[in-house]
Amino acid sequence: MFLELFFQYLVAGLTYGTIYAIVGIGFNIIYNTTGIINFAQGEFVMLGGMTAVSLYAFLPLPLAILGAVIITMAVGGLIEMVFIRWLVKPSVLRMIIITIGISILVREAGLVLWGEGVRSLPYFTGNEISALSFGGVRVSPQVLWSLGVCAIVVVLLNLFFKFTMLGREMRACAANRDAATLCGIPTRNMITLSFVLSAGIGALAGCVVSPITQTQYAIGSGLAIKGFTVAILGGLGNSMAAVAAGFILGILESFSIWVMPTAYKDAISISLLLAMLFLRPSGLFGNREAFKLKDF
Amino acid sequence: MRTGRHFHILILLAAVVAVQLLTLVAGKGFYLTQFTMTAYYSLIIIGLCLLMGYAGQISLGHAGFFAIGGYTSAVLTTVDLSAYKGSALTGILIKLSLLTGRQDLYGGQMLSFHPWAACVVAVILTVIIAYAIGVPVLKLKGHYLAMATLGFGTIIYSVVLGTQKFGAADGISSVPAFPLLPGLVVSGAPGLRVQNFYIAWGLVACGMLLLLNLIDSRVGRALRSIHGAEDAANAMGVDTARYKLNTFVLSAVFAAVAGVFLTHFNGGIGPSEASIMKSVRYVAIVAVGGMASLWGTLIMSAALNFLSLRGYFGSFDDAVFGGVLVLIMLFSPEGILQFDARTMVKKLFQRA
Repeated sequence: MFLELFFQYLVAGLTYGTIYAIVGIGFNIIYNTTGIINFAQGEFVMLGGMTAVSLYAFLPLPLAILGAVIITMAVGGLIEMVFIRWLVKPSVLRMIIITIGISILVREAGLVLWGEGVRSLPYFTGNEISALSFGGVRVSPQVLWSLGVCAIVVVLLNLFFKFTMLGREMRACAANRDAATLCGIPTRNMITLSFVLSAGIGALAGCVVSPITQTQYAIGSGLAIKGFTVAILGGLGNSMAAVAAGFILGILESFSIWVMPTAYKDAISISLLLAMLFLRPSGLFGNREAFKLKDF
Repeated sequence: MRTGRHFHILILLAAVVAVQLLTLVAGKGFYLTQFTMTAYYSLIIIGLCLLMGYAGQISLGHAGFFAIGGYTSAVLTTVDLSAYKGSALTGILIKLSLLTGRQDLYGGQMLSFHPWAACVVAVILTVIIAYAIGVPVLKLKGHYLAMATLGFGTIIYSVVLGTQKFGAADGISSVPAFPLLPGLVVSGAPGLRVQNFYIAWGLVACGMLLLLNLIDSRVGRALRSIHGAEDAANAMGVDTARYKLNTFVLSAVFAAVAGVFLTHFNGGIGPSEASIMKSVRYVAIVAVGGMASLWGTLIMSAALNFLSLRGYFGSFDDAVFGGVLVLIMLFSPEGILQFDARTMVKKLFQRA
């Protein structure tokens, strides 16, 4: 019984871990190309989930999700073009405040569009009570869906960054923006692309976990903090490490419910974030020496 | 400079008196309630202005300090110790007149801390917490500093919301009035409206005088050097870590004092006062006021808080502050009072 409970918590942790990981990856993509932290990252997850629920009213599920991802990507690109593209060397403080403002605006727009109600997509296969049994541990098929989507996203992103011209240009932009510009890479477009990409990934995550965690207009800021924790935990800029860190955080949170009141669940991740920032800001998997040279 | 500073404070006091007379003539005495609350919020905001504008350190957790002040005061003045009346410790506390008896809602006698004692405890607690948080947090910069202070604010919020002793989602109500001096009482009673209006703005004027003197002194110059270039300031022998920490603690104390007074004025406090949205709002107002401009910040704080408290923004309250934040940072990062439409238009056309 103890062992079964243990695995049950583990599975719950993995489920939340995937969404944290994906939000963390979104942070990293934008951070890598622009050097800024997009505080509105969690809002993309909300937008994706909410748009998919709305589209599902008159489209089949796969098309609704596809539509939601495309719409959110467009919104991400639009946000970058309207608010960020034309700023000349903005200070970090200014960028922080602008992205926080954007996240508030998106959230309030969500409130006006969809109200305060909690919505969710249907389960992709089966329903709330269908479960696969692995030696006594019951796992919802949706958990497998979210794990699978996370894995596919990570693999595709890696292929994209390693083997396509566009991906390589984005990496060049991340390594040294001035040098990339000199090589004829349109760095401004790369930044827009990074917003589009991370909005799309966030939206996809929002759709996949919507049946399990539900979607509401206000979920964004909480997810942003979790995603940032994960990004820091793994080492800022390192997407693969963010996945590992996402699972670590998800599992820690999940087991914390075992010993502590649920109300303090959020405090765990934030304490972890603070501890990391104070003790090892380069992240669990980051290189300390390299971190010192970074300008953040 | 010296005469100018006192002159400005006098203008502030004159404006305060003018507002009171205007409301009196217009027969809108009830506006003073919102003006009083505005004053207390302004107190946090000018403290944050010192931290953000002069020392250059962002804090997205100032509502947390406000809540620490407000909740400490609320808990200590509403706790009933009459069951421990016989014990030695309570005896000593009563002798020192730190405890006062009063009637509770149902006419029973209750024994709780005197608001002055609670206020002092709240400030001391805030100083301790601000030091404890400030030492590690202020070593961080940029995004890390923003996220760490945001994290601090979130923790305070979830603790306040999740703890039964703090009334969870309901907060704490029936906080007693705060007798400052004989004849001066911080309370929301309609009869004391004018008095409270002057107490609140008097406090703001004192705060302004303190901060203005501070930024015009050796400390102020050190802070500005930190904002300009921290490494250079360090090299010139400015103990940047100590200055940043002390500024952080001072601005936390401003927030806590505001929290204590507003809690007594409103007769209660709820978890929404600790929410991140409040912290962001304070940052927004400092940004609109022009970061390194105490007067600009105070003017904007008075205007925006009053409009918000009177409900002019309706259900778009948060959206207004978000929008203001983005617009100001995009078009006029030096604050709205520095906004120069001509150069802005010129710049836009140059790019196109």
